[in-house]
Amino acid sequence: MTYLFWAFAAVWVGIFLYLYALTRRSQALAREVHALRERLEKTAPPSPSAAGRSRAGGP
Amino acid sequence: MLRSRDTVLAWITGAMMLIALYGAFVFAPPERVMGDIQRIFYVHLPLAWIGFVAFAHACWAGIWYLRTARREWDEAGVAAAEIGVLFSTLVIVTGSLWARPVWGTWWTWDPQLVTYLILWLIYVGYLVLRGAAGEDVRRARFAAVFAIVGFVDVPLVWLSARYLRALSPVIFTSRSVGLAPSMAWTLAAGLVAWSLFYWTLFRARLRIGLLETEVAALAGDGEVHG
Repeated sequence: MTYLFWAFAAVWVGIFLYLYALTRRSQALAREVHALRERLEKTAPPSPSAAGRSRAGGP
Repeated sequence: MLRSRDTVLAWITGAMMLIALYGAFVFAPPERVMGDIQRIFYVHLPLAWIGFVAFAHACWAGIWYLRTARREWDEAGVAAAEIGVLFSTLVIVTGSLWARPVWGTWWTWDPQLVTYLILWLIYVGYLVLRGAAGEDVRRARFAAVFAIVGFVDVPLVWLSARYLRALSPVIFTSRSVGLAPSMAWTLAAGLVAWSLFYWTLFRARLRIGLLETEVAALAGDGEVHG
């Protein structure tokens, strides 16, 4: 039973470590997108049509 | 991160995984000779098979990358190989944990085990190669060739269990399934669950890879297109 426990534990620990690594990459990506968006907002002034859309609350 | 279709897929995968675990621990009876240790087989075999599927996927993506030079295929190859390496690492670990009480050793230089280890090393090599290539298209194409050629080892692993003096038990032959019906159903549930898990994981990993490439390109350009 000890070997059975360790085999299933190894599988799930391995899977969760990989999922954790993917989540970290995804979070880093979200931070990078956020930084890019901020950079874009600083450099490019909003166009009149885009401003109108945002005032109207559309997508 | 997950879209609604992926969320549904993740829930179905989770439910199927619970069914597979129930089958492995409750539904399937203990094996006559090996006892409970044989239950490792319900996770070991599906991981091994889906690992082969992942490497086939990486090979297929490599072929299409060479044909079309589209970045999506390159990313798909990396995603599939990465998950294939994860699964095959777990196959080696669970196989060792099964072999210790059954064969009395953690590892033996059996033809099937050796060819499987070579397969694992080939795809680890592919991932290292592809990681080092970065944006270099020539190196990426070379890595794709590596993924295609590496797949040649998969039939060797399969055949070594049947035609060489391999120690691993052969469950499926052209004539029969060497399992009791409840064991065969449990194995089938495991195969479905791990196949779904592979597809869920592949989709998530591919999306991250594609977004990373896109964001890196945008950050490099300093401007956002479209």
